[in-house]
Amino acid sequence: MSQELLNLVEKSSLKAEIPHFEIGDTVDVHCRILEGAKERTQIYTGVVIARASSGSRATFTVRRIVQGEGVERKFPLHSPKIGKVVVQRSGVTRRAKLYYLRDRIGKAVRLRERRTDRTAKAKK
Amino acid sequence: MAVGLLGRKVGMTQIFDPAGFVIPVTVIQAGPCHVLQVRTADRDGYEAVQIGFLDKPRRLASRSQRGHVARLDSKRQKQRAAAGVQPVAKPNTEPQRFVREFRTAVEGIQVGQELKVDIFANIKAVDISGVTKGRGTTGAMKRHNFAGQRATHGVKKVHRHVGSIGMNTDPHHVFKGHRMAGHYGTENVTIRNLLVARLDSENNLILVRGAIPGPIGGYVVIRQSNKVGPGTKK
Repeated sequence: MSQELLNLVEKSSLKAEIPHFEIGDTVDVHCRILEGAKERTQIYTGVVIARASSGSRATFTVRRIVQGEGVERKFPLHSPKIGKVVVQRSGVTRRAKLYYLRDRIGKAVRLRERRTDRTAKAKK
Repeated sequence: MAVGLLGRKVGMTQIFDPAGFVIPVTVIQAGPCHVLQVRTADRDGYEAVQIGFLDKPRRLASRSQRGHVARLDSKRQKQRAAAGVQPVAKPNTEPQRFVREFRTAVEGIQVGQELKVDIFANIKAVDISGVTKGRGTTGAMKRHNFAGQRATHGVKKVHRHVGSIGMNTDPHHVFKGHRMAGHYGTENVTIRNLLVARLDSENNLILVRGAIPGPIGGYVVIRQSNKVGPGTKK
C-alpha cells in the first residue's frame, strides 16, 4: 500500500518519454541553465558510465575529460532541466557500471564502437 | 482553521519544483479524519477538538471505544432518551485506531464532521509530531553524540565508551541526570516548520519537505506551524 502511494506521487514527476541511451554511449546532454533572467541551453558531452535508482529518483552519470582532468556529472533523468539527450556514439560494454574508466587515461579510455542499433528494439 | 490532522507516514521520495529543483519529500497519508468529540469549557473544563483516524474493526475495539462512536438510534440510547438523559453528540462512525485531541476552540466544528487535507490548503508550513523509531539499548556515542575515545595512542577496548562520569571524593557521587548509555528512541518528537510541498486531496496525501519522525506506517499528528515566517530555509 505504501509503495503504491509513493509510485502515485512519483508519477507526477516522471517525464512522458525518456530518451533512450545505454551504458557506454557517448551522449550530448542538453541542460537548461538560467543566466539571470535568460534561459539558455548548455551541452554537456561525455560517456554514460552509470545509471542508478528508479522512478522519479532515477539518475545517470556522464563522464568526460576536461583539460586532462576527469569530470563526472550526475543528472536526474526526469529533471525538467534536462532537455534532449542525444546519442553520438555507442560503445561496447560488458558491465553496467563503467567505474573502471576512472583508472584509465589517454587512449585506454576509448570504448569499442557498437554498430548495431538497439534503439528500435527498445522502442518495440 | 487551527485544528490539525492525523496521518500515517508513507515514505520518502523526491519531486521536482516548477523551477526544476529536486525537493526531498515525505509522503503522509492524512485523513480523512472524523471529529469524535468537541470538548467545551462548561462541560470538560477545557476546549479541544478530538479527532480520529482510520477505522478499527468493531471486534478489536473495546466496549468504551465502541460506545464513544455509537449511533444515537441504538436501543440503549433510546432507553436513555426515554429516561430523560440528554444525549451527547456522537460521530456515528466506526471505532477509530488513532485518536488525538487538539487543544483549541474551533468555530463551527461539529461532531461527525469529516476533515481532509484541504484544511491545509492555504498553509505554507506544518509541525509534525510522531514517535521516533526505537533503537533499544544504545551507547553514549549514538544516544548523546559523545565523541568517544581515540582509535590509537594506547586506548584499549574503550573506543566507544563514555569516559569520565564525575570527580573524586568531593562530590562522592555521580550527578543525577548524567548522560550515559541506555534506552534510546520511541520518544515523542515534533519537527517544526516543515514546508508543505504539495497537497493531493484526491488521494488524501500531504507532501512535506524533509524528514519526519517514526517508521513507515507510523502515526503522526500534523498541525499548522506556529513558527513565524514559515519557510526560512529554501
